[in-house]
Amino acid sequence: MNAPSITTSAQTEAVTKTFDLKAALFDSFRTALITFGLSIPILSFKTEQSGAELFLRSRWDLALIITAIVFGVRLALHAFTASRAYRQATPSAHQATEPVHAEPSAFQHVSKFAIPFFLGVALAFPVLIYLIQGGLNESRYWIDLGILILTYVMLGWGLNIVVGLAGLLDLGYVAFYAVGAYSYALLSTTFGLSFWICLPLAGILAAFWGMILGFPVLRLRGDYLAIVTLAFGEIIRLVLINWVDVTNGGAGISSIPRATFFGIPFTAGEGGFAETFGLEFSTMHRIIFLYYLILVLALLTNFVTMRLRKLPVGRAWEALREDEIACRSLGINTTNTKLTAFAIGAMFGGFAGSFFAVRQGFVSPESFNFLESAIILAIVVMGGMGSQIGVAIAAIVLVGLPEVLRNLTFLKAVFGEGFDPNEYRLLLFGVGMVAMMVWRPRGLISEREPSVILKERKAISGSLVKEGHG
Amino acid sequence: MTAAASIQQTALNAGRQPLLSVRGVKTYYGNIIALKGVDMDVHEGEIVTLIGANGAGKSTLMMTIFGNPRAREGTITYQGRDITKMPTHEIAHLSIAQSPEGRRIFPRMTVFENLQMGASINGMAHFDQDLERVCTLFPRLKERLQQRGGTLSGGEQQMLAIARALMSRPKLLLLDEPSLGLAPLIVKQIFDIIKELNEKDGMTVFLVEQNAYHALKLAHRGYVMVTGNITMSGTGKELLNDPQVRAAYLEGGH
Repeated sequence: MNAPSITTSAQTEAVTKTFDLKAALFDSFRTALITFGLSIPILSFKTEQSGAELFLRSRWDLALIITAIVFGVRLALHAFTASRAYRQATPSAHQATEPVHAEPSAFQHVSKFAIPFFLGVALAFPVLIYLIQGGLNESRYWIDLGILILTYVMLGWGLNIVVGLAGLLDLGYVAFYAVGAYSYALLSTTFGLSFWICLPLAGILAAFWGMILGFPVLRLRGDYLAIVTLAFGEIIRLVLINWVDVTNGGAGISSIPRATFFGIPFTAGEGGFAETFGLEFSTMHRIIFLYYLILVLALLTNFVTMRLRKLPVGRAWEALREDEIACRSLGINTTNTKLTAFAIGAMFGGFAGSFFAVRQGFVSPESFNFLESAIILAIVVMGGMGSQIGVAIAAIVLVGLPEVLRNLTFLKAVFGEGFDPNEYRLLLFGVGMVAMMVWRPRGLISEREPSVILKERKAISGSLVKEGHG
Repeated sequence: MTAAASIQQTALNAGRQPLLSVRGVKTYYGNIIALKGVDMDVHEGEIVTLIGANGAGKSTLMMTIFGNPRAREGTITYQGRDITKMPTHEIAHLSIAQSPEGRRIFPRMTVFENLQMGASINGMAHFDQDLERVCTLFPRLKERLQQRGGTLSGGEQQMLAIARALMSRPKLLLLDEPSLGLAPLIVKQIFDIIKELNEKDGMTVFLVEQNAYHALKLAHRGYVMVTGNITMSGTGKELLNDPQVRAAYLEGGH
């Protein structure tokens, strides 16, 4: 009764042999030759003007470097496709109709250690940086970067509720970020309210705007929803620019009160934070406090999302993403479900916004353009929709890598003095996106963790399951 | 004998108010008329089947009962209550459950989570009992509780769709083509389960089917639909033996 093996050993052997080193080298060499040929007219000569005269400068070194890169990439591609063809040709002999007792996937193995590890690093980050950099003021750049990344992690997690869980494509998320930021800026400068009162207020106001956006788009899905949310984001920004009486227009609102340590200001004088705790005054105290503040806010977002996923409303969000008609016929009020998703997602955007305002001390409509929305959405999509840890990793990569790029000074040695790697940021961003689409079309972590786990985990990779059709 | 049974059944139903009654229902898709005034009754404890060719309007009638699309004319009454204008999700709260066409399970959620979704109407009050019950009905699902819905085979997905509908403890179960695309053996299993639900639990079932032979054999009563109109009705056996029905739906195919 043994089912015949799907591939015979002869076939397997044939596949292994497809990685023919000679052929791969030959093909790579041919590609490199074409590149070199193309680079003769495009790259090899450069005209330089000096006064009235025009000089022709040759750049053979650059052409050679590019050719070498193309050769290497082509060869790597050959090796990659060959190994993939081998893997595909040797499927496991499991019958599809048998219940699957799959081993926990690699992701599940990793996530067991990765989450405490990430959390530990995030908590100890200022201390680590202090120890590495050897001083408070020296570590400022890194802590600022940490704050920036955590802000995007929080925004990503907030948007993940709307896009990842409820499946509502929102291109105007930055609007709620703006609402939160302006709420704090206006309430604190006009009424003198403290940050700790404004924070929940900003969240409530943003949630309210989330519902306002939610009502007209209840019947929309997918592309149409994306267009309307995009317009909504722009409307908010244009209102902020043009309603000069209230928002001070494009000039923005400055001198927004700084955050206090639960009432104790971070000032040098009497009653300041440093004096109260017997420390030597440093502006870094405030920065480190802000770091922990955004860490707590981000973790709160994560905690609430994880809890909500286990509640009926969270399950209803996910069911809504999978199949709206089935949802309705199971007695789920899709109107309320969508509105709560918009409102709760917007609320976290509002929290992040008021944090942004208190950190910068200055807000202007410039900070809330479409590119911000696009980056936050890219974080969610690249992270793997609905995956919390994936979103965090994507935020670190997308926000952190451009900063790393800034520091790759050794590339100047290769490409010459005038080379600024930071100029290639968007190019690399695009290349990264394309690469993601090819290799991980469902995001870095496409696994969806079940919200209920019975006894032991059995996993079939989420990538085997098609998305629902609404 | 058949006629006697039919008369008996009709006599039995005459005195009672039907559980679900559809009167003069007209449904449109834009300007196109899909249902041209349908009258139909489902009495408590019955299995009623609706057969007809592709595009006759069977699924439209089923969806119209659930308010999506809405009937433009006519009334639909359930337990004496007019539900014609009620939103779909509220209808689902009236102990009617539906297993829509094409299964429509939640593919990325596990079987267990799918069943939880089915129980969300009664607030998971007797979830464990109901889970136990559907697991006895569908032992295949029990083995696969932790598996994602989308990784199940077609027959298992159909079982899951029915099981999910049962989780809300419905009085009336609406099934749209449960045999669609399934192997004969699995079709038989599913029809046996429908019969068991009706006989043991007294569940009322309204079954829309292409598989006319099986459906009419199982059902107490049946309706035949042709291009938006009910053209024939009677007991399952009557329809099975009717020469017109035989010619149109039974011979040469099934």
